Amino acid sequence: MKLPETIRAAFVIARRDFTATVLSKTFLLFLLGPLFPLALGMGMVGIGAQVDRNAKEPPVAVISTVQDFQRLQAARERLSPLADATQLVELRYVKPEADLASQRTRLLDDDGNPVIAVLDGGFGHPKLTGAVTSRGRTSREVNLIVDEARRMAVQPPMLSLPVELVPTTDTSGLKAFSRSMTGRIGQALLFVLTILLAGMLLSQLIEEKSSKVIEVLAAAVPIDAIFLGKLFAMLATSLTGIAMWALAGAIAVGGLVSGGISGLPQPAVGWPAFISLILIYFSMSYLLIGATFLGIGAHASTAREVQILSMPVTMAQLVLFGFASLAVGRPNSSEAIAAAIFPLSSPFAMIARAAELPGIWPHLVALVWQAAWVAVILRIAGAVFRRSVLKSGKSRRRWWKRKPA
Amino acid sequence: MGERPIAARASDLVKEFDGKRAVDGVSLTIPEGSITGILGPNGAGKTTCLRMMLGIIDPSSGTRSLLGHDRPIEVAHQVGYLPEERGLYPAMPAAEALAFMGALRGLPIKESRRRAKELLHSRGHDDWAKRPIRTLSKGMAQTVQLLGTIIHRPKLIVLDEPFAGLDAINQGKLEQLIRDQAAAGVTVIFSTHVIAHAERLCERVVIIAEGQSVFEGAVDDARGRLRPIVHLRTRAEDGPWRAALPASAQKVGGEWRFELPASGPEPLLKALIDGKAGIETLSIERPGLHDAFIAIAGEAVAREMGHAPQQEEMA
Repeated sequence: MKLPETIRAAFVIARRDFTATVLSKTFLLFLLGPLFPLALGMGMVGIGAQVDRNAKEPPVAVISTVQDFQRLQAARERLSPLADATQLVELRYVKPEADLASQRTRLLDDDGNPVIAVLDGGFGHPKLTGAVTSRGRTSREVNLIVDEARRMAVQPPMLSLPVELVPTTDTSGLKAFSRSMTGRIGQALLFVLTILLAGMLLSQLIEEKSSKVIEVLAAAVPIDAIFLGKLFAMLATSLTGIAMWALAGAIAVGGLVSGGISGLPQPAVGWPAFISLILIYFSMSYLLIGATFLGIGAHASTAREVQILSMPVTMAQLVLFGFASLAVGRPNSSEAIAAAIFPLSSPFAMIARAAELPGIWPHLVALVWQAAWVAVILRIAGAVFRRSVLKSGKSRRRWWKRKPA
Repeated sequence: MGERPIAARASDLVKEFDGKRAVDGVSLTIPEGSITGILGPNGAGKTTCLRMMLGIIDPSSGTRSLLGHDRPIEVAHQVGYLPEERGLYPAMPAAEALAFMGALRGLPIKESRRRAKELLHSRGHDDWAKRPIRTLSKGMAQTVQLLGTIIHRPKLIVLDEPFAGLDAINQGKLEQLIRDQAAAGVTVIFSTHVIAHAERLCERVVIIAEGQSVFEGAVDDARGRLRPIVHLRTRAEDGPWRAALPASAQKVGGEWRFELPASGPEPLLKALIDGKAGIETLSIERPGLHDAFIAIAGEAVAREMGHAPQQEEMA
């Protein structure tokens, strides 16, 4: 059959698959999918913050003169910028009584106004009594505050101007760090999406095999058209999903990050080129892995067989992803170049490069290289699909099945 | 068969699955505009044979041509196919399923949708149009798939066990649809193991047994493979007339049954009268396709299993 007929038939199948998927309720779930980990993450942060608030340490009671307490408080305030996330231990003033020992015991036993420890003895012989250890946070912070208060008494702070701040938009260190982070996020996004969608493609094929629709298709159009139609329908579905996520993400970034997307760390090739490259490398990666999965799916007739067969491929993908992640932070290293050359890891390695190094021509070369491999793998997987999906072609015993008696 | 052009032809088709031969040398010729039944016991290889003819699977050896093309997929737009195991997308509305099947066979989607509505309307099924396939009964879904087989107005229709799962009314409707298609010049091939349908509809049959085509020709030729059966009741219990009966004659109840001798009915009748049989009733029953099928397929099965045919054993 001539190529245009194969393409026409592939389009008919792709259109059906695309509309059936995009207009289904499960696609809504697919679109909402990224919200679950985000919501979970935010929930965990919220719970963490709540736990942190609830777990705030009780103060240390300071039995001293008012002047001494004021010096300690002043010292604490001077030191407080050093303790950013966790506040320095709080101090509470207590007026001295005649019987210091019983006052100390009473303060430590008071459930109504609990204290973690009692500091007394002034600056001459400071003494900390309570649930503290010598290397614990409370005792270290109290020591620091007492030392600072002593130093302030001996050498009052000079009247001087605060350190003048000259903020710059970027430094080379920050830029390199943020770019490598962008590269890693891009790689992870590419990998998760590819595996997720290739898995969806596979389960759709199995469903069709079990509902016998595949026979109706195979009688009407070339097997290659079924293969290409299914592959490209899922690609179109995923690009639709990505477009919607990107739109939602852009709206969220616009609202949450000052300066919108320009407020995010800029990838080396710039945002427009980086987003375009993500879409193109995703398409390449999906076609390479999706075609492999379809070839596998053609052999299997049940979901269980698919799981058994796709496990080694998924594991291999994890290894490739690990291999490609070596390229992050070292885009010109031999590992990075090797990962860019190996076809299955190439999209992952190159997206990291796009985040870290400017220059478009290496991407053009990589895309030509990957496209050539897409053509080769499509051809091989298509032949396997053709041979296996309806037991067509020369009969061949499946390697995992026993020889007939 | 005369000079009619050939719609489908197969020559020595063989198909092996995992080293086992499912089809072992099927040859057949289907004239254009005919209704041909592919008959055979369960597991005879009918479906595999049809799938090879349609190009769904490739034969291990042998050749086939469909509407003059060696690669059946090249004429897929002119062929309609109803598979044995019906397959439709459960969530798809019926009209959309029909339109999809038309589009698969080369119709532009707009035209396909128009014809889908037209087909459902012409059969009084407008209310099915928007209903998802999963909400239709098995018979309704089967009707939708059958309409999908003809939506693109094919020249050749191949139906694999089309009567399976249909009630008597729908079987009648399907028979009429097949006759209408044939009257419009469409070649119809259908497989079945229910001989009555073939006998009512077909002018030609191909009998497949044990993966081989053991008979191909007109229905009358198949019947002609068996001699007519004589049913005879006489007043006389014995006498010289008994010499006119063949050795294989059997008495069942009060009636003699035997194959009509090759010399025909007249010499038999004369011998019975001359031998003073006292004929009470005599009838000659022409064998049906069912008997012919059992005899032909049974012989092939017995041959394959290394046994003598059952009838000979009985004789």
